[in-house]
Amino acid sequence: MPDQLLFAIEVTLNGLMAGVMYALVALGFVLIFKASGIFNYAQGVMALFAALTLVGLQNGQVPFAHLINAIFGTDVHHFGWHLPAFVAIILTIGVMILLAIIVERYVLKHLVNQEPIILFMATIGLAYFMEGFGDMMWGSEIKKLDVGLPQGISESIDATTYNWFGYGFFIDRLDIVATVIAALLVISLTLFSQYSKQGRALRAVADDHQAALSVGISLRFIWVLVWSIAGFVALVAGIMWGAKSGVQFSLSLIALKALPVLMLGGFTSIPGAIVGGLIIGVGEKLFEFAIGPMIGGATENWFAYVLALLFLVFRPQGLFGEKIIERV
Amino acid sequence: MFYREAGDFKTSYTDDSQTFPIKFDRWRYYAVLAVAFGVIPFIIDDYWANAVLVPFLIYAIAAIGLNILTGYCGQVSLGTGGFMAVGAYACYKLMTGFPEISIVFHVIGAGFITAGVGALFGLPSLRIKGFYLAVATLAAQFFLVWLFNKVPWFYNNSASGQISAPERTVFGIAVTGPNTEAWAKYLICLCFVVVLAWVARNLTRGTIGRSWMAIRDMDIAAEIIGVNPLKAKLTAFAVSSFFIGVAGALFFSVYLGAVEVGEVFGIQKSFLILFMVIIGGLGSIFGSFAGAAFMVLMPVLLKNVLVGQLGWPTDLAAHLDFMIVGALIVIFLIAEPHGLAQLWRLAKEKLRLWPFPH
Repeated sequence: MPDQLLFAIEVTLNGLMAGVMYALVALGFVLIFKASGIFNYAQGVMALFAALTLVGLQNGQVPFAHLINAIFGTDVHHFGWHLPAFVAIILTIGVMILLAIIVERYVLKHLVNQEPIILFMATIGLAYFMEGFGDMMWGSEIKKLDVGLPQGISESIDATTYNWFGYGFFIDRLDIVATVIAALLVISLTLFSQYSKQGRALRAVADDHQAALSVGISLRFIWVLVWSIAGFVALVAGIMWGAKSGVQFSLSLIALKALPVLMLGGFTSIPGAIVGGLIIGVGEKLFEFAIGPMIGGATENWFAYVLALLFLVFRPQGLFGEKIIERV
Repeated sequence: MFYREAGDFKTSYTDDSQTFPIKFDRWRYYAVLAVAFGVIPFIIDDYWANAVLVPFLIYAIAAIGLNILTGYCGQVSLGTGGFMAVGAYACYKLMTGFPEISIVFHVIGAGFITAGVGALFGLPSLRIKGFYLAVATLAAQFFLVWLFNKVPWFYNNSASGQISAPERTVFGIAVTGPNTEAWAKYLICLCFVVVLAWVARNLTRGTIGRSWMAIRDMDIAAEIIGVNPLKAKLTAFAVSSFFIGVAGALFFSVYLGAVEVGEVFGIQKSFLILFMVIIGGLGSIFGSFAGAAFMVLMPVLLKNVLVGQLGWPTDLAAHLDFMIVGALIVIFLIAEPHGLAQLWRLAKEKLRLWPFPH
């Protein structure tokens, strides 16, 4: 096989893996949008916050250490323990559930019946708050996240492909793990929403708030539930991205990467998030590979948006989104 | 006591439809203008000009621009930073390309160029609505910033990739470049603000402004009663971008002097201006000023109190700043979705009766 083609295949594979990572973030958006019609801009910051909390708990950092030191002139920083990853993840899930309860009680409850755009702006405010809060709680320096996931080039794939084509593909083992986890997550979320009682209630709320209320479904509980699940998805995304590039401020920007994925796949569709993620992942890697060098590179920042924009002009509700019917 | 309409008789339609129909309000407005033009230029110093007044005035223009698009026409845009960058780079190219023409025309020209770019990126708004459009405008943000970074023609092949404003004068007084006096910076921005706010106020209450508001309130119904959505949406994008472009041009040439596009006109700028519009009040010119003042003053104040008075480290103050901005936005949306402008309206209503109960 010619080298260029092999390169292209490798790029495509890596694009698919990157697409899975985008889809992981997009999934959190879709969940909340489906259940409450809120476009949750804070999803990316939730991933950052979850990852920060996980690292902080694991290393036994004292929360707000910086603040305490600044006010009282003390010098505290660590409790001096080191939690196993499993315990830290459980505790972080607890924190994310607590966060969901707080968000529901102090923000969403007061904004029922407001226009969607007001709710969207509220989540931007929430994103800012959590960004400052997370940094203040755990410090803003770059942290290393290590929960025992495999990393580095996968030698077996490298060796196998070398035997077949005479050229070894470079694929990160972390990406493979992420793909498996994303698949598991999607399957379990689908099963949950199809077969469990709470899942059905969730779909009922998504369908029609008032009808759901009238058959006795507690809207507040469903909102807490769905924000908790979104918090859990954010934690998974935070672990994956954090293991890949360290836990730092830029992690919250993955929300911006997930937005074109959402536009492409449609805001209301879980399969759409996956397919959209894959299209964007492959598209931007191939574009950077084929056209990027001709026009100066670093096209990954905007390609996804322009692709989604062009796509939307022809199909305004995205690939799998619900058809928008407008009446006066 | 205040803001009473009693004894203020209107004898013509022009009187009846003026911007400040109440005499007290009108005089207060003249007083503000008199102080802004007649007092502040004489007492202003470098700190006040650079930290508070000049950014306030420039952000006010940008906020009015975004308010026209989002508050009056209902199209949410997250591409403000990108459009400001268009204004800045257009201004730079005009300044260096035609040095013999006055800087005032360069700034206005930059506004018109931005209006063209804005209308172009507004085209998808005819098909896409709501969140999909908000996300689509991010395409403009990222693409434009990338473009100005990658194409050397835009920054005249300068080695650093930055653009820096050469010295230009108005009536023989330097308004750009390193030798500019604080009062000159302030005055040129003030002139632009006053003229543009007047234009915006009159556009928004005329035919075109009414068609924007009809589109905002319900686009299909507006279309049925004869508002042309193509014209309304594209003019909103163009006018809004004109204001934002002028703000970008002033931000670069008068305020900063040298600009690195990714840093100054990034996505954070888009959000900052969106916050000004929300906190100030959607669909209100006064709200744009109030929001800009609020978002400019608050970090300065926080920094002075926390770093200056309490001696906290600057990074802690920055984190707290984030938290307070975020919390304020949420609190504002819960307590008063119509922003500072609505609070001001309520205060006026209260002042009208005060100190009597009825």
